[in-house]
Amino acid sequence: MRSKPSSIKKSSAFDLHSIRNDFPIFRTRVNGKPLIYLDNAATSLTPRSVVEALREYYLDYKANVHRGIHTLSEKATEHYEGARQTLANLINAPSTRNIIFTRNATEAINLIAYAWGQHNVNDGDEVLLTIMEHHSNLVPWQQLAKQRGATLHYVDIDETGNLLVDELENLLSEKTKLLAITHMSNMLGTINPIRRLTALAHANGTLVCVDGAQSVPHFPVDVQDLDCDFMAFSGHKMLGPTGVGVLYGKESVLDEMMPFNYGGEMILSVGRSDSVWNELPHKFEAGTPCIAEAIGLAAAADYLQGVGWDRLQSQEADLIEYTIRRLGEIEDLELYGPRTNRGSAITFNVGTIHPHDLSTFLDQEGIAIRAGHHCAQPLHERLGPVATARASLYFYNTREEIDVLVEGIQKARAFFTR
Amino acid sequence: MSLTDLYTDIILDHFRDPRNYGELDGAAVSVDHDNPVCGDKITLYLSIRDGVVEAIKYSGEGCAISQASASMMTERIEGKSIADAEELLAHFRGMMMGEAEPDEELLGDAIALEGVNQFPIRVKCAALPWDALEDAIQQNSQLAESS
Repeated sequence: MRSKPSSIKKSSAFDLHSIRNDFPIFRTRVNGKPLIYLDNAATSLTPRSVVEALREYYLDYKANVHRGIHTLSEKATEHYEGARQTLANLINAPSTRNIIFTRNATEAINLIAYAWGQHNVNDGDEVLLTIMEHHSNLVPWQQLAKQRGATLHYVDIDETGNLLVDELENLLSEKTKLLAITHMSNMLGTINPIRRLTALAHANGTLVCVDGAQSVPHFPVDVQDLDCDFMAFSGHKMLGPTGVGVLYGKESVLDEMMPFNYGGEMILSVGRSDSVWNELPHKFEAGTPCIAEAIGLAAAADYLQGVGWDRLQSQEADLIEYTIRRLGEIEDLELYGPRTNRGSAITFNVGTIHPHDLSTFLDQEGIAIRAGHHCAQPLHERLGPVATARASLYFYNTREEIDVLVEGIQKARAFFTR
Repeated sequence: MSLTDLYTDIILDHFRDPRNYGELDGAAVSVDHDNPVCGDKITLYLSIRDGVVEAIKYSGEGCAISQASASMMTERIEGKSIADAEELLAHFRGMMMGEAEPDEELLGDAIALEGVNQFPIRVKCAALPWDALEDAIQQNSQLAESS
């Protein structure tokens, strides 16, 4: 039975209130105003349960993992490996052997570039990127290509900001070793059709590395369904602590790869002149890992599951639609990226107001947005502006906050054209 | 500290109607400076003869603060000796650090940038053209030594 729209609104408003209560930072006032946090693509806020998980580890069972034969070490190992299982479940990885904890998505991609790229990309080979890549999924491949004598190709976008899939198909050649592509653009909000692209790439014998930094926090991601060879994402953009990210890799590919870092934890045995590598995933986790952060990230994943993807996605879809509609009412506002079927990073410019000036103005109103090139300089070059303003949303944002943003932009227009 | 102290009328005026904007043909020195965090860019052109800045222009793009700062700076530097330009540079930096009482006679319109020191993240915007000036003066003295 369908409920009346008004009752849906009422119940979701009630839920949102309780959700926002889980984020103590909403009590913070910025420049005397209530915080309106619209910089979620840079980093998300942290619910109390994540901080609680960190606190418990540090105060109740602090010990190293996989080595001590004592109670606390066993407990720490149990929680750390439990976190790996939680993350595997989150993205539907076949096993914990596919889940490597890194410092962030950037380090995960660098791991692939070194441990896979240095051995598989050779002189004359090609690496395919898209023009909408974040620097984290661009610079590692650019430098690898330079070192290995390979060529980079960038797939362009159409005027709405969607990827030119035909062009991608044409650029695939027998030399293409890797397609590195973002799942969701951190500037345009474009969501790329990964499943279709992995099918094209694999038919060509090309591996696919997906930057999931903006997708995993916002919608359910199934790596087996997408069939990507690698996926990288960061914990801090999905309610988790800083200092932890995840590299997912297919077991067949990870098995063939050399380690990235050498040292303790990643070995089975060490002789004077050679060593035997540990099994997956430990082969790629040298030294004491980010124990607390991984445990905190699992608490974040649990929190997201608790909210539920259905609720989270419908809340975000409503906010995205509302934000784009309200921003569209502002004279001189240029919006970048698709209008529909898109993610929650919403980028724009207002007349001749520089995004930095706009950001400083909005900051005085308690509103946090991002201004600059958002680590996507080639994309800005492609589109024209040196810098843009970005409001990026998460499920805990509200329509009322968007109203304050729009009002703030209107005030800024009046102020800077006075 | 209010926004009208940061974005004074005179700053907005220089932003909308920049002085000495454009390229300078036959410039003795040109330097590029950018702020990698925000993407603000400036190219500063100086024509120097007998230790005097005969002409100065700038091109680039950026926020109101960086662009107004460039406009105000070029207005003050034109016709000054290198020694006087260096003195002005040091005085401007003192003002940005909140260390020196700003001297309007020396700074001209650039005194309007004083309010920026209350917004620490924006100080680098105001400083960008002045950092470029320091580079240009250094480049010029190297050129003089090598010739």
